Amino acid sequence: MQYIDNILFVVLLIGAGWFFAKNVKTLIRNIKLGQDVDRTDNTSERWKNMVKIALGQGKMTRRPVSGLLHIVVYVGFIIINIEVLEIIIDGVFGTHRVFQPLLGNGIYGFLIGVFEVFAFMVLVAVIVFWIRRNVIKIKRFWKDEMKGWPKADANWILYFEMVLMSLFLIMNATDVHFQALNHGNVISQFIAPLFSGLSEATQHLIETSAWWLHIIGIFIFLNYLYYSKHLHILLAFPNTFFANLKPKGQFTNDANVTKEVMLMMDPDADPYAMPEEGADEVLAKFGASDVTDLNWVQLLNAYTCTECGRCTSSCPANLTGKKLSPRKIMMDTRDRLEEVGKNMDANNGVFNDDGKNLFDWITKEEIWACTSCNACVEECPVNIDPLSIITEMRRYLVMEESAAPQELNNMMQNVENNGAPWPYNQMDRLNWVKE
Amino acid sequence: MSEQLIVPVMADVVAQGKQPEYLFWVGSAGSFDDRAKKITRAFVKILNKANVDFAVLGIEESSSGDAAKRAGNEFLFQMQAVTNIEVLNAYEVKKIVTCCPHSYNTLKNEYPELGGKYEVFHHTQFIQQLISAGKIKVANNTFKGKKVTFHDPCYLGRANGVYEAPRDLLNFLGVNTTEMKRHKSTSLCCGAGGAQMFKDAEPGDKEINVLRTEDALATQPEIIATGCPFCNTMLTDGVKVKEQEANVQVLDVAELIAASL
Repeated sequence: MQYIDNILFVVLLIGAGWFFAKNVKTLIRNIKLGQDVDRTDNTSERWKNMVKIALGQGKMTRRPVSGLLHIVVYVGFIIINIEVLEIIIDGVFGTHRVFQPLLGNGIYGFLIGVFEVFAFMVLVAVIVFWIRRNVIKIKRFWKDEMKGWPKADANWILYFEMVLMSLFLIMNATDVHFQALNHGNVISQFIAPLFSGLSEATQHLIETSAWWLHIIGIFIFLNYLYYSKHLHILLAFPNTFFANLKPKGQFTNDANVTKEVMLMMDPDADPYAMPEEGADEVLAKFGASDVTDLNWVQLLNAYTCTECGRCTSSCPANLTGKKLSPRKIMMDTRDRLEEVGKNMDANNGVFNDDGKNLFDWITKEEIWACTSCNACVEECPVNIDPLSIITEMRRYLVMEESAAPQELNNMMQNVENNGAPWPYNQMDRLNWVKE
Repeated sequence: MSEQLIVPVMADVVAQGKQPEYLFWVGSAGSFDDRAKKITRAFVKILNKANVDFAVLGIEESSSGDAAKRAGNEFLFQMQAVTNIEVLNAYEVKKIVTCCPHSYNTLKNEYPELGGKYEVFHHTQFIQQLISAGKIKVANNTFKGKKVTFHDPCYLGRANGVYEAPRDLLNFLGVNTTEMKRHKSTSLCCGAGGAQMFKDAEPGDKEINVLRTEDALATQPEIIATGCPFCNTMLTDGVKVKEQEANVQVLDVAELIAASL
């Protein structure tokens, strides 16, 4: 029976790993439902972007307060993960602080000391985050799309982090030998007195419980990611790697349209020609009415979004009370994609038409309120591009549904008839010279 | 400005067997909008003063297709682009300068894939080059010391990363510039982009151009400078809404330079 702890631990570890792998598989399947887009060019610049923006948090400090706090949590998260490695080895082999004899008290104590300091700083940062959301009520966290689950999700993550950091510190504080050694108990030495009145056996029980709860908490958190906005801790990396490298003002030229236009402009083209044998006869669709019309990077964007709302808080339409919120565009895209994915899971991997599309989430009113100013794209700390989705949905409305607002139809008619968005005669284009 | 401008037209120049170095893309706003036409004339005054070898397409120019593209009409955009590219390529145009950041963006970024590869300059970049080359000099600097704030057009700034050229021109004039709280990459749109210029805004609690004008007025400027005909219209309207037209002028950077030559 002496191995029961080890067996239990290994079972939990494998279970957590298996469940996580399963979710990652679904995630990748869903992202691949998107249209193809080539983002393999310029790999050196892509790596540079990933290192600078995701690894280096390069865009976070555009907002200094939240940016610096986030860097504390981020660095803390990465550094404390080294400790998780020790926990896993201890758990599997039933050892206790396996790195201590390997590294010697000096180095080990230094490392744990660093972990403790970060754990404490993360705890403080997370509490400040909670206050910003729930007490100061910073506007971007209280927009319409943040009601219900998104708000709860954000707070759950903060509670999780508070509990995990506290457990780590309590675990060290109740480790009587570790405290006696007095190496690296930088923070926990101030917590230890709270427990010093208890017997060694009770302290050991608390230590063991904290150890177990800490690692179980990590396993749960790992598997909570897929259901949460918190996927960004993983997806920020591929997302910044595959992000658009072209100037932000450059919109894609729809290749399906180019084909049609070139045919129209070609004097030798036979408009009644039969399609070639074996040619793709599926009619091209213009723009996007559903998530499967978007490209896979746009879908990756949707899973990466952590709903921070920096985009929305800089959107001119949103700032002036319009319904459009770039964050909501991303959240809606993800929700619809999840729905499509679940539909496939329930139907042996084949999508069963549910009579819905992305316009059931995102209204035309939102789509038409965008000024295409790129403020949302500029602000996003992980290079998400909500504007490209808005553009694709406009393309669908205009080219497939002829459903542009009347004033825009007038503008487009003018361009068609007289080569200007206003009803002026093209022959008057030089009148300004004489005025 | 009623002085005589020299505006060579491409068809005439080429008929004389000459090849102008630059094409000045006037744009639809620059050709037809009463306010924007003044900017066009101011820029030509600068071109004339610096003896730039240029021509315009005149009646052979057509909408760049920008507004159609942002509105989602990719068909119309590409038809416009392909037609314009045929004209530009027939004249063997190599370098283009324009006063409109929207034309600048689409000609520079979106035309190449469709067969139109040119070196494209926004007029603020172009004037900056003329100054560096010593081709224009300030003669009567009426703006020296004036309080000016610069509004970054989205399609020049964020869209293409051009933030310094217009500011360098303002420095050249020795004006007293104050930045708005939101400027350069954090600049707030004037409200005209994405084809909004041609439609009413969706329901909300404020007009975007009024919000942006408030940003500008907070710097207590005598002049709000910009580099886009649409931004100009939006901010001019905003200043009117705020009843500040007696105290604050909205001017294109090119107009400031042209008036100082």
